Amino acid sequence: MEHRAALEDLLFRMADDALIYGHRNSEWTGLAPILEEDIAFSSIAQDKLGHALALYTMLGQLGHPDPDTLAFTRQERQFRCCHLVELPTQDYAVALMRHALFDYAERNRYRLLEQSSFAPLAALAQKVRGEIKYHTFHASTWLRLLGREGTDESRARMQAALEMLFPYALGIFEPSRYEDELRASGIFAGEEELRQRWLDEIIPLLEEAGYRVPPLDSVQPCYGGRSGYHTEHLQPLLDEMTAVFRIDPSAEW
Amino acid sequence: MYGNLSITEPAGADRYAEDPEKLAEFEAKIERGEKIEPTDWMPREYRRQLLRMIEQHAHSEIIGALPEGTWITRAPGFKRKMALMAKVQDEIGHGQLLYSAAETLGKSREQMLTDLLTGKAKYSNVFNYPAMTWADTAVIAWLIDAAAIINQVTNAKGSYGPYSRALERICTEESFHLKYGYDNVVTLATGTKKQKEMVQEALNRWWKPIMHFFGPPDTVSQHTAVLMRWKVKIASNDQMRQQFLDSYVPKIWELGLTVPDPNLRKNPDTGQWEYSDPDWDEFWRVINGNGPCNKERLAVRRWVEESGAWVRRALMKPDAQYVAPLC
Repeated sequence: MEHRAALEDLLFRMADDALIYGHRNSEWTGLAPILEEDIAFSSIAQDKLGHALALYTMLGQLGHPDPDTLAFTRQERQFRCCHLVELPTQDYAVALMRHALFDYAERNRYRLLEQSSFAPLAALAQKVRGEIKYHTFHASTWLRLLGREGTDESRARMQAALEMLFPYALGIFEPSRYEDELRASGIFAGEEELRQRWLDEIIPLLEEAGYRVPPLDSVQPCYGGRSGYHTEHLQPLLDEMTAVFRIDPSAEW
Repeated sequence: MYGNLSITEPAGADRYAEDPEKLAEFEAKIERGEKIEPTDWMPREYRRQLLRMIEQHAHSEIIGALPEGTWITRAPGFKRKMALMAKVQDEIGHGQLLYSAAETLGKSREQMLTDLLTGKAKYSNVFNYPAMTWADTAVIAWLIDAAAIINQVTNAKGSYGPYSRALERICTEESFHLKYGYDNVVTLATGTKKQKEMVQEALNRWWKPIMHFFGPPDTVSQHTAVLMRWKVKIASNDQMRQQFLDSYVPKIWELGLTVPDPNLRKNPDTGQWEYSDPDWDEFWRVINGNGPCNKERLAVRRWVEESGAWVRRALMKPDAQYVAPLC
């Protein structure tokens, strides 16, 4: 198959993002500030796990092992997720702000992929459209509730979260060595195109919701995740995630 | 998930003193099998006992989410991870539903959560035990949820409309949990040697809390005829415990697992299950706050209340308006 390496690189990025982000969101089950948010974060997490499963399944069809093996047995260096999704947080402001930054990128990524020349990816993009719509509804609602509509305290916490996370969010769009090939083959319009679309959407949204977006030229994006160099938080996450699976990887669980 | 915990009897008979005409009308309605709705007249004691019961049930759901919730991040494989997420999410949803039902009796969710933290309100004892391994979550999802279903199907026949309807919906979801739990137990019980050991050990650990689940024996549990007549309390603790043993002990044995009670047997003459004393002293110790996880569970809830207070303050802003989502 042509462009196989480029396609697989894209699929691993997306699948690993969805898995790790879903895992992080699931950590709020039972711990969110109101019960409705326990439920919402769990729903989003379940959707993300579903996306990861679909993407790993696609990789399986390209000759890789099954989804459980891909998710639960790879080494940290083999993961291609961005740093944003790896960050642990016990601060709900950070969890919500990450949710907004990441899911608006996801929405734009899948929108672009609806036109993908790789048919399974285009079909998945159409399928997840309805789910991601609710993720961004949820994120934008809370951005406003805790921003313009919130208290000085909530705005300050969310603003601090935005400033902390913004360099990580720009790391979502770390270019790959396959950008030209992905574009030329029609598989994906590329990270730069995605970054531009995301900025066009997220900056007005954040400003309207009452936040100050850090000037772009002052922010150094957090890169490395896409080539397998991760924050110190990914390895402990993987250790935890695979703790039971590793008892006997050949057993059926 | 919820087990019978405590319906306490008030001191002094005057708590039951009510307008005889209204009381007769109320009791006739229940006798006819009709439901009592929030705006209907009801005896003070009926309101008090129901509120206490629904509140305990709601707390049990959100505290019950914690022992299993800690395993979401460790669940082995996509299938289990997604299923456990959905299951624990359901339990939180049950809490949400039940707090709403309790609110119809005149107490706010915020007040109930405050009373949980101060220890004024209780929750099901079983959640004061730890889920030590993955197999514990399987045993919980199967047998604790099974016990909860018995309790809740029974209580759904109760007289208070909002509680009864909430329980019907909850039972539908719990029946999926039970299937999930059973599937999980079967996988382990028919799996590798290590998996079998894990699930047997988990069952051994959970047997006593399971026996405690339906509450103390009828001989020491006080339930007046009034609460039965008002259909607040439907079946006795021992009746429900017998029903549970009847349905699940054979299934446990069928899987090649053993129950850690040499005296457990069904007496063919009485048709009743006989069992060793499951250490009711321990039950009372745990209820009174000295179980293995009581302090930890409340500490987690306290963290939730404190760390999320700023969010609730923002939501409670008096001039806050409805915010429509941005597309």
